[in-house]
Amino acid sequence: MDILSNLAMGFSIALTPWTLMLAVIGAFVGTIIGALPGLGPSNGVALLIPISFSMGLDAISALVLLTSVYYGAMYGGRISSILLNIPGDEPAVMTTLDGYPMAKQGFASDALVISGVASFVGAFLATIALMLLAPLLVQVVYKFGPADYFALYALAFCTLGGIGSNNQAKSAMAVAIGLGTAMIGYDKTTGMPRFTFGNMHLNDGISFLVAIVGLFAVAEVFHFIESHGRDSAIGVKLGKITVDWAKLWSTRWTMLRGTVIGFAAGVLPGAGASIGSFLAYMGEKAIARDPESFGKGNPRGVAAPEAGNNAAAGGALVPMLTLGVPGSGTTAVLLALLLTLNITPGPLLFTDRPEVVWGLIAALLIANIVLLVMNVPMVKIFVHILSVPSAILLPGVTMIAFVGIYSLTGSSFDMLMMIGFGVMGYVFRKLDIPTVPVILGILLGNAMEDNLRRAMVLSDGDWTYLFSSPISVGLWLAAALGFVAPMFLRGVLKRPPVPATDSYDRD
Amino acid sequence: MKGDRIFGLVMMVVALGYLLSASTVETSFMSDPVGPRVFPYMIGGLVLICALVMVLRPDPDVDWPGPAMVMTLGAALLALVLYALTIKPLGFILPTMLVSGFLSWQISRRPAQAALAGAGLGIGLYVLFKTVLGLGLHGLPRFLMG
Repeated sequence: MDILSNLAMGFSIALTPWTLMLAVIGAFVGTIIGALPGLGPSNGVALLIPISFSMGLDAISALVLLTSVYYGAMYGGRISSILLNIPGDEPAVMTTLDGYPMAKQGFASDALVISGVASFVGAFLATIALMLLAPLLVQVVYKFGPADYFALYALAFCTLGGIGSNNQAKSAMAVAIGLGTAMIGYDKTTGMPRFTFGNMHLNDGISFLVAIVGLFAVAEVFHFIESHGRDSAIGVKLGKITVDWAKLWSTRWTMLRGTVIGFAAGVLPGAGASIGSFLAYMGEKAIARDPESFGKGNPRGVAAPEAGNNAAAGGALVPMLTLGVPGSGTTAVLLALLLTLNITPGPLLFTDRPEVVWGLIAALLIANIVLLVMNVPMVKIFVHILSVPSAILLPGVTMIAFVGIYSLTGSSFDMLMMIGFGVMGYVFRKLDIPTVPVILGILLGNAMEDNLRRAMVLSDGDWTYLFSSPISVGLWLAAALGFVAPMFLRGVLKRPPVPATDSYDRD
Repeated sequence: MKGDRIFGLVMMVVALGYLLSASTVETSFMSDPVGPRVFPYMIGGLVLICALVMVLRPDPDVDWPGPAMVMTLGAALLALVLYALTIKPLGFILPTMLVSGFLSWQISRRPAQAALAGAGLGIGLYVLFKTVLGLGLHGLPRFLMG
């Protein structure tokens, strides 16, 4: 009954009026971020980290606020998928397949309600599974030595890179660029500067927040300016929100199946919410008695991917909290948040700072209930916000990115560097080079090198030590598999086309 | 084709520069068996291999923006650079009005709406950040604040 007492402790931290208010604000802002095309969970949270840090929030408050934003964005993504046929964010792509046809047939309200409830089921059950699984995993992770950690980072890069692009060389390039960027600045062991070229601003390295906001938010600005003419899909009118209980109940097993698939996809490093929703949808279609009705407005085609992507969001927190290795772009951003708050995830977090872990879990459960209320009865508010013209929205988002970095560092150099990362993100997207491995490389580069060097100290320079423990051998094998397997699976796992009448041709 | 090849070549040069720079990193007397150079060597080597693959086996080319769009994007980039340079000496409000107004005009091509959006965002965001969120921003130019 350890878990229950821990959870009670978590709730005693998270259930204060102040944190509840933060959860409500975060959920609200997050849903907006998710619903707006172009802004998703990763760039939304990335934009808000510097700002919440400059506001001087303490660790738990900042965590509650930003994880509510994170979950909110996962809920919100479905709104524009269903009403505009424009996925609000990457994981919501699958929801357009049946959501938009449902809306066109006049079932927009049903689609929103079912997807909202499916989001809740997925996220809530995944949070409970996180609660059960994470402490067990911690027991195993305790035994990890430096060589195992080195292999673990390699595994994370290989699987994330393997899935991230259609070209393995480009993924590996992205990882290497991230790792190479992390090397800039003082070397911790010797105290000598590396790759600073005498520039004082680089002595402490490049702040990962600058890189994240640049790659995710500023790059989006350039992309948006280029594509704005094409994003003019005409929305479907939304009538009164009513709940069709029978239809909702008929999707119950779909939601549970989607949750299981999504959670599993989320726990695996590299997969994350997009893969979770994809697999949940394809799985549901595969076992359905009427597979041909999918893509034409089948409610189960809405329930499965939404349960899947929200469950994956919870699942992705498992490796992030226990290993310090994020499974997706968004959890990479959450890892950046933890590091900014001076919290190092890993097994020690569970023993040294249980209040952070359990406060976070309690906050997630609370956020989900808040989000269910916001996203089912009150969903109309967000539909209105979707009609804000992009000519106001985009400059606003840009300015928020700048203010965040400016108020954090107060330096023009960092803002220029952020713009540089923005240009890099734009070019990378054009070349189909994934940017998430770059972020992950910057975040984990120093820890990876550190573990390599510590392993070599232990073995006195014997490189075979990296493959000497059973754990590390297993991790290396998984890494190789994760990098190579997607090359062969690509033909099998083709994504179905987005519904017609689509003016949205983003990748 | 071309995009991947050019990028691959650029990254090869970058990787060689990186390896060269890594070879000049000083080590100190209290170093470990690996030292501060080996991991950067590994990274540089990986970039070289990947760049070589990109040059030899490029993907089909994507749609690069036309000259007009490159100009538009270049103008947006320039505006952002100017913003980064002026926000400190000129305070938050004025540069924000100008730059967000400019970006808004780039999207909508309607001057009046853009001017309104710029003015609204300049003042609105300042109020939000300064009074609601309590960030330490200067609203007005330094020389007016004294």
